[in-house]
Amino acid sequence: MSTKSKSINTKTDTNQDERLKKVSKLKLLLNRPELGALGGAILVFIFFGIVAGDTGMFSAYGMLNFLDVSANLGIIAIAAAMLMIGGEFDLSIGSMIGFAGICIAIPAIYWGWPLWMSIVFAFSMAVLVGYFNGILVVKTGLPSFIVTLAMLFILRGATLALTRLITGRTQVPGLRVLIENDPVAWIFATDTFKWLFTWLGSMKLIALRTDGTPLATGIPPSVIWFIFLAIITTWILMKTRYGNWIFASGGDKIGANNVGVPVGRVKISLFIGTAVAATIFATIQVLDAGSADTMRGTLKELEAIAAAVVGGCLLTGGYGSAIGAAFGAIIFGTVSMGIFYTDVDTDWFKVFLGAMMLIAVIFNNYIRRKVTESK
Amino acid sequence: MSDYLVQFNNISKFFGKVIALKGVTMKLRKGEIMCLLGDNGAGKSTLIKTLAGVHKPDEGEIIVEGKKIIFDSPKDALDIGIATVYQDLALVSLMSVTRNFFMGREPMKGPPFFKTFDIEKANKIAAERMGQIGIDVRDPSQAVGTMSGGERQCLAISRAIYFGAKVLVLDEPTSALGVHQASVVLKYIVKAASQGLAVILITHNVHHAYPVGNSFTVLNRGKSLGTYEKKDITREKLLSMMAGGEELDKLEVELKEMNRLSAQ
Ligand SMILES: Nc1ncnc2c1ncn2[C@@H]1O[C@H](COP(=O)(O)OP(=O)(O)O)[C@@H](O)[C@H]1O
Ligand SMILES: [Mg+2]
Repeated sequence: MSTKSKSINTKTDTNQDERLKKVSKLKLLLNRPELGALGGAILVFIFFGIVAGDTGMFSAYGMLNFLDVSANLGIIAIAAAMLMIGGEFDLSIGSMIGFAGICIAIPAIYWGWPLWMSIVFAFSMAVLVGYFNGILVVKTGLPSFIVTLAMLFILRGATLALTRLITGRTQVPGLRVLIENDPVAWIFATDTFKWLFTWLGSMKLIALRTDGTPLATGIPPSVIWFIFLAIITTWILMKTRYGNWIFASGGDKIGANNVGVPVGRVKISLFIGTAVAATIFATIQVLDAGSADTMRGTLKELEAIAAAVVGGCLLTGGYGSAIGAAFGAIIFGTVSMGIFYTDVDTDWFKVFLGAMMLIAVIFNNYIRRKVTESK
Repeated sequence: MSDYLVQFNNISKFFGKVIALKGVTMKLRKGEIMCLLGDNGAGKSTLIKTLAGVHKPDEGEIIVEGKKIIFDSPKDALDIGIATVYQDLALVSLMSVTRNFFMGREPMKGPPFFKTFDIEKANKIAAERMGQIGIDVRDPSQAVGTMSGGERQCLAISRAIYFGAKVLVLDEPTSALGVHQASVVLKYIVKAASQGLAVILITHNVHHAYPVGNSFTVLNRGKSLGTYEKKDITREKLLSMMAGGEELDKLEVELKEMNRLSAQ
């Protein structure tokens, strides 16, 4: 009896065995979902290195600038990717960003809550919204696309209506003074490695202001959160039982359920994840700007999904990576900022975004066929 | 105590107006391969789903090891050792052999609260188990989608056995396979039964069922036509009992009649 194939085989001589093993390792690498996005990110850096290498884009200040934009997008893209691997979408991410913003600002400014309590309140609301999205999708069996599209309108509308009702306007400023000495806010509002930048400045290695302090003062909190989330989620996907359940729930929810994976709970937790990520995004931005805006986060859900797709997530679920989504966000963030350093009109950024996504989808589709190719 | 491991007593199941099962009774012993035969739509899958915890029977009871059981979910059935390999196998083709093998029951390592999926151990066990049935998985981290239908079927079965199944339920394991691959899978099923498992083998292919089965239950339009020991029934009789059997007999008579008339 013999079952022959390139990679699965009955025992033959060991020399051949070793040779085939190498081939399959290479194939394995090529099959990694984030490979395309990694390659894309490298290409983007090479491109801007050539056309904008001498413009200040790659100065410390310039780099922190595009890293900050990438990181902000990355925070929600990673969560969107996790949810996509689990087989669902969340179109309410952008609205959740706006909603979380006013959940922080209104209690803190109008009700006199301490800032930390408002932040905890915003995260509690995020858990509720995520749970509600999740339970609705799981219980009704409706496509998450529709359920969360409804939530997109409901949350944005409620954000606007409530803010106008309570404050009579659509923006809530005045938060900056509350940040100092708050026991929680620093987690979302502290530049880190300041000493490094001060030192680099004193060595005249980076650009200085006229008063002698460095132009770039430290690593923004978004970047730290981004790196932290990318590591944690990648670890979850690759190394934990819950990670295996995410792939299984997205790959075949009935099959997964039949072998005892709690598919419903996995999906609900992932919806909570996107809402919480939206709230991290919102908290960082609100504290940075010192104000909340009801329209904040508009269209961010689509950018997050685009970054996840460029990062190798399949729209059908069960395949993808968090680190890929992180690279996807870096590509978009770098191009959206880098374009200012070139002669190209910034309007072209959206064209680029769309084209990237198309190429990614076609590429991913091809990879999927390769991976699941039956002999 | 009875010597039966599993007993279905008068099971009925309705889907709205559809009577999927009506008063079906079937019993099986340890180490026995019971073949459940019937045409498409006869209710075979529905019957075993009542045992697997997917459907609750509307009438009748299921008795496992002398105790009446009521399952709320597939997990309850799995927990007492009833493993079902469905027609669609419950394999995720984009996931690796190992990740599929341990899906839902991942081996863990590390201290409490920091437990991680022990992928090395999982890889080793998966490769070892597949090796025992003659499938050398060179790279257990490759996607299941790259395996052949027979190999996937064997993976699903060996997974069920590894996790301590007492009753192995196989829904049409050979229907999508070529002759060679089907015989590999059937051989593996016989081996599993000889180790003391009770096997329910669903098929509509008598040629696959007859050589391996110890007893045969035929379903037709949701009703059982009876259970027969192998010594009491021939392959031909089974064939004609399956839905359409009698109709085909009638057709044969009619065709003969037509030939006779046209010859006149
Ligand atoms: N979930 C369900 N809802 C409604 N009808 C069903 C369902 N499952 C099965 N049926 C019906 O029950 C009958 C038996 O189906 P099934 O058990 O799948 O047959 P088999 O496996 O023997 O081909 C069919 O008429 C089928 O349409
Ligand atoms: Mg069936």
